[in-house]
Amino acid sequence: MVIAAFRRNTALGSDEQVRVERSSGETAPAIQIAAEVTGLQKIYNPSTPQAFQALKDINLTIRSNEFFTLLGPSGCGKTTLLRILGGFEAMTEGTCRIFGQDVSLLPPEARPVNTVFQQYALFPHMTVRRNIAFGLEMLGRPKSEVASVVDRMLALVSMTDYADRKPDHLSGGQRQRVALARALAPQPKLLLLDEPLSALDLKLRQKMRLELKALQRETGITFIFVTHDQEEALAMSDRVAVLSDGRLQQVGTPEEIYEQPQSRFVADFIGESNLLCATVNRIDGALVEFRLAGLGSVNLNCSEILQVGQEVTLSIRPERIALSAVRGQCGLGPAVIFDRTYLGNAVEYHLRAGEQTLTVRSPRGGLRGLQDFAPGDSVFLAFEPNAPKVLTT
Amino acid sequence: MTAQAELRSPFRVSKRLAFTGLLLPAVGVITIFMIAPVAIVFVYSFLEPARYGGVVWNFSVEGYLQILFERDFVDGSLQFSADYLVILWRSVFQAAICTVLCLMISVPTAYFIATRSERTKPIWIFLITVPYWVNLLIRTIALLFILRDDGPLNKAIMMTGLTTSPLPLSYNNFAIGLGLVYSFLPFMVLPLYSAFERFDFRLLEAAYDLYASRRVAFFKIVLPVMRPGLIAGSLLVFIPSIGSYLAPDILGGGKTLMIGNLIGTQFQGAHNWPFGAALSMILLTVTLIVLIWMARRSARKNTGY
Repeated sequence: MVIAAFRRNTALGSDEQVRVERSSGETAPAIQIAAEVTGLQKIYNPSTPQAFQALKDINLTIRSNEFFTLLGPSGCGKTTLLRILGGFEAMTEGTCRIFGQDVSLLPPEARPVNTVFQQYALFPHMTVRRNIAFGLEMLGRPKSEVASVVDRMLALVSMTDYADRKPDHLSGGQRQRVALARALAPQPKLLLLDEPLSALDLKLRQKMRLELKALQRETGITFIFVTHDQEEALAMSDRVAVLSDGRLQQVGTPEEIYEQPQSRFVADFIGESNLLCATVNRIDGALVEFRLAGLGSVNLNCSEILQVGQEVTLSIRPERIALSAVRGQCGLGPAVIFDRTYLGNAVEYHLRAGEQTLTVRSPRGGLRGLQDFAPGDSVFLAFEPNAPKVLTT
Repeated sequence: MTAQAELRSPFRVSKRLAFTGLLLPAVGVITIFMIAPVAIVFVYSFLEPARYGGVVWNFSVEGYLQILFERDFVDGSLQFSADYLVILWRSVFQAAICTVLCLMISVPTAYFIATRSERTKPIWIFLITVPYWVNLLIRTIALLFILRDDGPLNKAIMMTGLTTSPLPLSYNNFAIGLGLVYSFLPFMVLPLYSAFERFDFRLLEAAYDLYASRRVAFFKIVLPVMRPGLIAGSLLVFIPSIGSYLAPDILGGGKTLMIGNLIGTQFQGAHNWPFGAALSMILLTVTLIVLIWMARRSARKNTGY
């Protein structure tokens, strides 16, 4: 009950809340922080001409039992961050705690953490069974325990029939399962996964997504998952941290990341977004009037602190814009359709309004699906007042 | 016949011709320089020796008998003698020690080179191969000059005051062993280097991640994965050193006889070609047994299921 209440409380909680709960959590061991990184800086080849700062001032708290994803484009530092948690890279500055223990200076073998590597790194000279048993053997567990745990792991990833094969004789998906079983066998408190699905084909990847998520729920182990695939991140995670250029851009639930992007980068990187240049025209309490270049004015409820005349960016998802042939109550436009793409379950329109181009995705079916436009048509745009997100950075 | 097959068929013939043509030089070289000499040695080993070298074309197994038995001068009866077996054993033993020493030196060396940056790797490889631009005979004699009683090494040791008389560094088994290691070291370093090059160092990270210590990870992951390279290097060192001729002759001063020198003397001084040929066949057999044993072992370890 206590745990359930805690989970509900912290599901959408900010970092401050978590910190408060942690200080009270020291008396109740059920409430835990799985991993905590503070003031982390990572510089490769410091004080040389090739010096490169891979991570800049990272502060991150990962809760126990959480499926936490580090998401970002390649070269953003997400794998470096994971390798620092695993102990494969040293930090230049900062501290790293795992379940309250300062592990900043500990080597990988001394951390209560296991890793699923990007290309799996299975031991090629060992059978599946011996691969999975390796961690337990290294921990000096008795033979009978090793055998029973390995059997359980083989069943968990449905690889029992392949137990005596070597990795060379397995498919990509099977190898991935073995890597997972091998990392789970020593029952770590924290599992690190470095793009474990990237080597699989699309169908298998989608299947493994669900399996991984289910496995995480079943085992209750905290997962830290690295990916560059935003779809993967949104589908699997409890919370997502978006990284770009070595900096943490935003941490939140998939919904928060998608619906409430806090920067142009996040809005652009997660899904598709129309980023429209706008000027603050008039402020009337919470209601702000923006002037959009080439499209006219729009009134939006806005909690950000803005000034009249300030230049901002409005981020709006293609599927949140409705098109109509006539100017409605709060219609913007007109804009001219210059391209129409049929996507099966939707039609995508590319519009031009003055200097700006927009993408609008209309679902097939429902009331909005009935209307259809052709290139060259002049249309008006409408959206709910909470659909655009005002970005000042 | 379809149009496609018609188009393809002349091409196929020329391809087969080209294949045979390309293979011919290799087959020729192997026949002339390997199969033919071995066949000649095999035949000679079953003939009688001529008085001043060469052979008399009479069938005889005397060459092989001589390896195990001594013929009494008076009544011609055979008596068992282990002299030549001891020489053969000594050669195998020396070669084995040389192989182990080369392994011990080469593993760290090859690891060091393989983990250098792409820019400096060729320099290290170059440095390994540089001594081999000089003829082996000259290098072996140079080594003898260094090891001699009044050589620079002994002089340096005596200057430190550790001993007053020169250490016996030359004309013994130590010198032979050193010469063998020195001669064949690159044959070990280079295959191990390429094995380390191909080695996936993420396997080591995975081992550490699964609580292996550095030592255990080395013995349980690095060595088994590198087996093919280790076996290739070991064979490349063991086989030439078992029959080596120069190092025992020059550095051992001809005092301790190795199988290679024994064979040499049969063809030169002793004028007993069939005996030398028989010894050669025995050496070849020993080498083949080692080769097959190694191949069997690695094949068994590598089968998947």
